[in-house]
Amino acid sequence: MSASSVHSLWTTAAPVADKFPTPHIEYAQLSPVLIVLGAAALGVLVEAFLPRRSRYTAQVALAALGLAAAFAAIVALADKGYGTTKAHIAAMGAVAVDGPALFLQGTILLVGFVAIFTFAERRLDPRAHGNQVDSFAAQGSAVPGSDQEKAAVRAGFTSTEVFPLLMFAVGGMLIFPAANDLLTLFVALEVFSLPLYILCALARRNRLMSQEAAVKYFLLGAFSSAFLLFGIALLYGYAGTVSYSGISSVIDGTAPMNPALADTTGNDALLLIGLAMVAMGLLFKVGAVPFHMWTPDVYQGAPTPVTGFMASATKVAAFGALLRLLYVVLPGMRWDWRPVMWGVAILTMLAGAVIAVTQTDVKRLLAYSSIAHAGFILAGVIATTPDGISSVLFYLAAYSFVTLGAFAVVTLVRDAGGEATHLSRWAGLGRRSPLVAAVFAVFLLAFAGIPLTSGFAGKFAVFTAAAQGGAMPLVIVGVISSAIAAFFYIRVIVLMFFSEPKPDGPTVAVPSLMTSTAIAVGVAVTLVLGLAPQYFLDLADKAGIFVR
Amino acid sequence: MSFPLLTVTAAVPAVGAVVTAAVPAAQRTTAKYTALLFSLATLVFAAVALVRFDPDGDRYQLTESHAWIKDFGLRYDLGVDGIAVVMVALTALLIPFVMLAGWHDADPLEDANPNRRWRPTQGFFALILLVEAMVVLSFEATDVFLFYIFFEAMLIPMYFLIGGFGDRAHAGGEEEAARQRSYAAVKFLLYNLAGGLIMLAAVIGLYVVTAHQLGTGTFSLQEILSARASGKLDIETSTERWLFLGFFFAFAVKAPLWPLHTWLPNAMGESTAPVAVLITAVVDKVGTFAMLRFCLQLFPEASKWAAPVILVLALISIIYGALLAVGQRDIKRLIAYASVSHFGFIILGIFAMTSQGQSGATLYMVNHGISTAALMLVAGFLITRRGSRLIADFGGVQKVAPILAGTFLIGGLATLSLPGLAPFVSEFLVLVGTFSRYPVLGIIATLGIVLAALYVLVLYQRTMTGPVKAGIEGMTDLKARELLVVTPLIALLLFLGVYPKPVTDIVNPSVHHTLSDVHKTDPKPALEAKK
Repeated sequence: MSASSVHSLWTTAAPVADKFPTPHIEYAQLSPVLIVLGAAALGVLVEAFLPRRSRYTAQVALAALGLAAAFAAIVALADKGYGTTKAHIAAMGAVAVDGPALFLQGTILLVGFVAIFTFAERRLDPRAHGNQVDSFAAQGSAVPGSDQEKAAVRAGFTSTEVFPLLMFAVGGMLIFPAANDLLTLFVALEVFSLPLYILCALARRNRLMSQEAAVKYFLLGAFSSAFLLFGIALLYGYAGTVSYSGISSVIDGTAPMNPALADTTGNDALLLIGLAMVAMGLLFKVGAVPFHMWTPDVYQGAPTPVTGFMASATKVAAFGALLRLLYVVLPGMRWDWRPVMWGVAILTMLAGAVIAVTQTDVKRLLAYSSIAHAGFILAGVIATTPDGISSVLFYLAAYSFVTLGAFAVVTLVRDAGGEATHLSRWAGLGRRSPLVAAVFAVFLLAFAGIPLTSGFAGKFAVFTAAAQGGAMPLVIVGVISSAIAAFFYIRVIVLMFFSEPKPDGPTVAVPSLMTSTAIAVGVAVTLVLGLAPQYFLDLADKAGIFVR
Repeated sequence: MSFPLLTVTAAVPAVGAVVTAAVPAAQRTTAKYTALLFSLATLVFAAVALVRFDPDGDRYQLTESHAWIKDFGLRYDLGVDGIAVVMVALTALLIPFVMLAGWHDADPLEDANPNRRWRPTQGFFALILLVEAMVVLSFEATDVFLFYIFFEAMLIPMYFLIGGFGDRAHAGGEEEAARQRSYAAVKFLLYNLAGGLIMLAAVIGLYVVTAHQLGTGTFSLQEILSARASGKLDIETSTERWLFLGFFFAFAVKAPLWPLHTWLPNAMGESTAPVAVLITAVVDKVGTFAMLRFCLQLFPEASKWAAPVILVLALISIIYGALLAVGQRDIKRLIAYASVSHFGFIILGIFAMTSQGQSGATLYMVNHGISTAALMLVAGFLITRRGSRLIADFGGVQKVAPILAGTFLIGGLATLSLPGLAPFVSEFLVLVGTFSRYPVLGIIATLGIVLAALYVLVLYQRTMTGPVKAGIEGMTDLKARELLVVTPLIALLLFLGVYPKPVTDIVNPSVHHTLSDVHKTDPKPALEAKK
């Protein structure tokens, strides 16, 4: 008996998979993501092998170079027409390379690039035992208040791990709005969420609050991930596939039936519940009401540079993913999700604006304001017109730089306990440091949507898109909540300029070139997008078509 | 390409604002002269525009047109009709006086902030120039969106002027003054911002309507008017009414019209006299001007539909403002309520939709600007001298400071529309224009004049006549700088009171254009109608 025949006694040869596809990966088109993740992995190696004193410089340079290179790759791709004519789906249907993806990825990269400057700032905190330190804990693993922590501070440790963490987060965010199937979406979500949870916990001052924020963020984030995953499972049950175009063709009724899933395919209950759950997961990341509860606590507790990065880049990525889901997967069932999204948008705008009025902490105030802004953006998302897409893209770009700049200013106002974020401490800031107060006022006016700032251009774009999409009531709610929101932005300006400075008030730290650059970029983008936004509107217009 | 006169008229103060703000902290006087120089240059350009404007020529002249933000349908379109060119001239004329009157208002106190970067004086004059630039642009804009941008944006510098440079004469002391001031500034901003945001919804609505019917959304006044005339654009009645209400709400807050007026007494009371003049004589005029230019022209049918209600509100403004002025104990708040009453007259004239009414209203805007400036600025000199705004703290001023008292009287008489002074002509025209269409309203509005006589004369009697009160004895009379402010204003009041023709000649053709937009003709004289 030959060996093979003996073998066949207890095994059967599997039928040869005749058409098993070799994975075909378009490396060039995925290069932005690959560069960023590669730089992140390199950052981990740097952390492991370089001596402590040279890590900071190496990490900052590596991160900045990585992001710059990735941005160059995006520009090159867009230049070759991948945003418009050559838009297609790469990596075996997992990732889309199209206009919205490139536009959002470019925005995220620029935001990340500017965020590096605020992360790397080392002149604001007073020297600890002769060492320059940044906003991050000396040693993340040291228990707050323990001897180990004191020893770490004394030794002048700094958490240079934040740079690879930032890069991983950026990498995940790059994939998130480009994800073209639900599993990639989920993986991307986790790739950018996990580093953010850790970053939130790493504040040098108020470490307990920072850790509390991280735990809250993690727990609620885990819940929302679970919802998302459950929704994905239900959608798979409905369509028999996780790819966006596959699901949408099942919804259209144009897909061939998979006999194995005949019982569930086309079951609308699965579709609707699954969709609601996936949307929930995304709305959580966006910070829309009623999934916004984590926002104020996390924004307040996280180190301010992280808050600025999170508030801007996460929003860009999450709205990108939401747009793709609603426009690519669900155009056929607009009338099922639109009423719900209307409700969410109205609640988000009003709740964000109203609750912000009562806030007494700058970071919480900005958190609620970011909720209100999420509502404005949702109004554009709901428009379901090409104008809706491009207006949302533009709004996201405009908003994220204002946010980055505003949080960068928050890092400057300090007293003995670190940043002085209580609003009463900001009284009279305009008299002490007119320049810083004026810059912050510019950001606040942009948030409030005063003409000649980027905030106004963005708001006008989304509201016009919403109105053209037939959502005039949303526009009216939008302007009313803008008026409410204006009240608390103005209140801060009043406080800064028209109140007497307190004798023991905070001082404004003189930042190094790093934070100054971040703030200057914020102001420049705010003004350019406010005064001459046409080029960027064109860009967003051109980028406003999803590939399917 | 011809010389962009209108742009330059607005650009000069804008550049001036930047230059003034950049003057080093220690050189306050340089900053003041720089600002004054720029405001005078603006006046020159505005005068050139006035001269170059041909009343019998095209409706909109000196036009400029450039694309700005294509995606939003926003164009940088400027152009002036007779009404606008006069308003621009008025603005440019008043600003130098405002600056001269407020020459020392923003000087730092003795115990000033040691911070070298703190430059209140530079800020004060730069902000005035910035307001001027934005006001001029909103008078010149013939693109609805362009107008909206400056209409909203001017709130910010105005807000800093009110909140940052308040009246130092306050009964409750410095701290209370600061509190009141910031309250007034916030109230001003919130009222106007809310009005503006409602208007934004209407602006977006207009874009949607034009985009829907014309293919591309547009805000250009001319384009919309010609599309409407040719029947290409036909706004549905209910849509037109909503849009009209959105626009009108913003303008009624700005003007201000009862019951949206409550921010004005606070803002005028707490700010310095020159800033109060800036508010009531310059910035608020944008509201009434915009009613004429945008409400009536864009939404003629809705304007006719809403006119009865608006007329009644205007009437309430006239009587209510005057009654409250009678009861005031604070000089500046008295003048503020008088202004509410006068804005009632202006709005009455606009919505009576007769040619006398509307040219009266336009003339009223000019005259009210000049007369209120004269009265308020003299009142400001008075208040600075005494350190109090309460009428009860004054008495017998005419014995110690006769010139001050005399100019105050002339300003007051102009406010109550004494024949021979400019406001008489306009008030008369408004009343005649109203009477010919709505006799009852005309009669009731006349009560406003009676009340005006009451509050002005009582004010004069209590402050200027009688025995010299404590605290008044050493009061100095007007100085050269102050005379330089008051004399030209009074001369102008007299001149326009006797000979208003130069202004009416420019204004009238534009008024007829506007009236023909709303398809209204003057009612026949009553006698003729009976035949």
